[in-house]
Amino acid sequence: MSCNNCQGESKYFEAFERIMAEHYHGSESDLIPILQKLQGAYGYLPKDIITRLSERTGIFSTQIMGVATFYSQFRLQPTGEKTIKICFGTACHVNGAEKVADALCDELKIEMGGTTPDNKFTLESVACLGCCSLAPVMMIGDETYGRLTPDKARKIIRELYAKGDQA
Amino acid sequence: MKIIIGLGSCGIAAGGLKVKEEFLRLVQGNPGADVTMAETGCMGMCYKEVMVEIVDNDGNSTIYGEVNEDRARQIFESHVLAGKPVTEFIVRSSTQETEHDSFFAKQERIVLARCGHIDPESIDEALQWDAYKGLEKALKEMTPDEVIEEVLKSGLKGRGGAGFPTGQKWKFARAPQSEKKYIICNADEGDPGAFMDRSVLEGDPHAVLEGLLIGGYAIGADEGYIYCRAEYPIAIKRLNIAIEQAKARGFLGNNILGTGFNFNIKITEGAGAFVCGEETALIASIEGQRGMPRMRPPFPANKGLFSKPSNINNVETLANIGWIIRNGADAFASFGTAKSKGTKVFALAGKIARGGLVEVPIGIPLKDIIFDIGGGTASGKAFKAVQMGGPSGGCIPASLIDTTVDYEELNATGAIMGSGGMIVMDEDNCMVDIARYFLNFTQSESCGKCTYCKIGTKRMLEILTRITEGNGAEEDINKLLELAEQIKKNSLCGLGQTAPNPVLTTLRYFRDEYEAHIRDKKCPAKQCKALIKFTINQDKCVGCTLCAKNCPVKCISGAVKTPHTIDQSICTKCGTCKAVCKFGAVSVD
Repeated sequence: MSCNNCQGESKYFEAFERIMAEHYHGSESDLIPILQKLQGAYGYLPKDIITRLSERTGIFSTQIMGVATFYSQFRLQPTGEKTIKICFGTACHVNGAEKVADALCDELKIEMGGTTPDNKFTLESVACLGCCSLAPVMMIGDETYGRLTPDKARKIIRELYAKGDQA
Repeated sequence: MKIIIGLGSCGIAAGGLKVKEEFLRLVQGNPGADVTMAETGCMGMCYKEVMVEIVDNDGNSTIYGEVNEDRARQIFESHVLAGKPVTEFIVRSSTQETEHDSFFAKQERIVLARCGHIDPESIDEALQWDAYKGLEKALKEMTPDEVIEEVLKSGLKGRGGAGFPTGQKWKFARAPQSEKKYIICNADEGDPGAFMDRSVLEGDPHAVLEGLLIGGYAIGADEGYIYCRAEYPIAIKRLNIAIEQAKARGFLGNNILGTGFNFNIKITEGAGAFVCGEETALIASIEGQRGMPRMRPPFPANKGLFSKPSNINNVETLANIGWIIRNGADAFASFGTAKSKGTKVFALAGKIARGGLVEVPIGIPLKDIIFDIGGGTASGKAFKAVQMGGPSGGCIPASLIDTTVDYEELNATGAIMGSGGMIVMDEDNCMVDIARYFLNFTQSESCGKCTYCKIGTKRMLEILTRITEGNGAEEDINKLLELAEQIKKNSLCGLGQTAPNPVLTTLRYFRDEYEAHIRDKKCPAKQCKALIKFTINQDKCVGCTLCAKNCPVKCISGAVKTPHTIDQSICTKCGTCKAVCKFGAVSVD
């Protein structure tokens, strides 16, 4: 006996099961690597996954949430198709990162940390991307864009939208 | 002929992978040519990325800078195929002098000796450059106590920031009797604007493994952890490759080099918390907890990871160890000053002409680093200050540029040696804004355990924000000083204890700028948006419309060939008009 919902559900938890089998060795110190893998698979940490993780490991879900909210890497909300990481390292700051960020917020009409209504982009600030000689810098997906100006940043977004429309 | 492409994070960010693909395509398209391709880590000259080295069959090396796909084709056709170097793109050469030689002239490379020379994914190349010779000497010729004695004698101090003598730390961790001990490499490089450790991990991972192994042998640990930021995927990948290679060659695992010494290494990825650079927070994080520091004692040397005696060293510290054991403590101590020995790696960035990764002997004057190596400011404007030590450090003003780089001398200025971030600022940088920037960082990274750090930094940030917004009051400076003192005294860990430093040093050297913001409602560097106004000089404006076309909020009006004006009620002070004006008609006050 099976129903479509159940099949859908077991498929949804497939990644969870795979990650647990590979990375859970019965120790609390496995928690952060597991959360990292789960986020890698689901894009964020969904509530039902955290509940299941708690049931499986015996670690209270409050404790898991405590860890998940402590570290900036973990997200509790889904993100857009692409994440724009704008660097706020010191080198970027002294070279005008704030103006670039303002321009991006204005261009995308979202606040820092927000996702565009069409779900294309999430705008995030990061402490340092580490390519300081290219400051100010942002990363969109795996691509790094350096020596930005507010104008250049706007053009990059417009070009990405134009490319998306063609595809 | 060998083509070597620099593929550290900087090189990749600058487009290194595209350059690599282009060379691959060219090599494949010329099957007759005798050419091999290789990769290496950071060569140090970040300002010239992407960098490509051509080594000819006589062993002559030519390094090209700012290589893109187009330049790659020129270099391939002229140099690789026809043997004629493309002079205009050369930044370094073994056969001729270049203007960039001065970038290296005052450097001394111990930690970075192999970076940019070897393929970081090849243990054979590392071995040709003496990797693991220090380990072999330690295991076969020295007792653990002799190793510690040698490191003590070398005078090596922790390169992560605090500067505690490494040998002493090892002695503390060796003392307790325990069946299980751990040694941890702190690769949670969190200071914004610092990338020394990343470059070492990416460029020469075996140096770090060797240091960890020797440290493990010295303190009596059989297990090592490397706690590395998840934001450094290339470093993690290369560490994993290095660990596998070291295992295969018998440098890791059981009965290492037939000496009976067993040692294994695990990598833990950090999850993005600056405070985890503090050792007790780092330990909590490896254990799967929130990364919050705890009271010491007990110190990690007695009760550390999983409650076992543990020792934690920074990446750069460990990368020195193999060299020290191999060449001896005296050779190491021949670099440096009476109190501080060896070299220090700095990440030179900000408004600097030649930014990059540099390694200098301790004791060199700051001005040699900033001007002789770094080439002064990129803008050509006056050098104003250099920020050292990130959020825990301070700003050293131009007037103290003769200060030598040495733990004690730097502490006297109110800044610190720190982990190696060196951010250069020119006259366009507002020092109140810099202080606010760092407080904003430490405030958001405070773990929330100590009230003074949690709430005190928030109050300091509020005061700094209102000063930069033109709402500062006369008593604000004293309030900042009072809060700073209390936060320093009443915080458990280094984050809180040092968080006020950027404010204290800017107040010490640039108090007039704070006063200008508060009293005159002016930002002398013309950076603080609330205190500046862009205007168009009606005599200079020719009405070219360029500013109006580029203004993102369309607040500039005027007919063609007549002077334009800015609507101040709409202007967001982004500065685009000033940047695009070809007639110098836009001014900011």
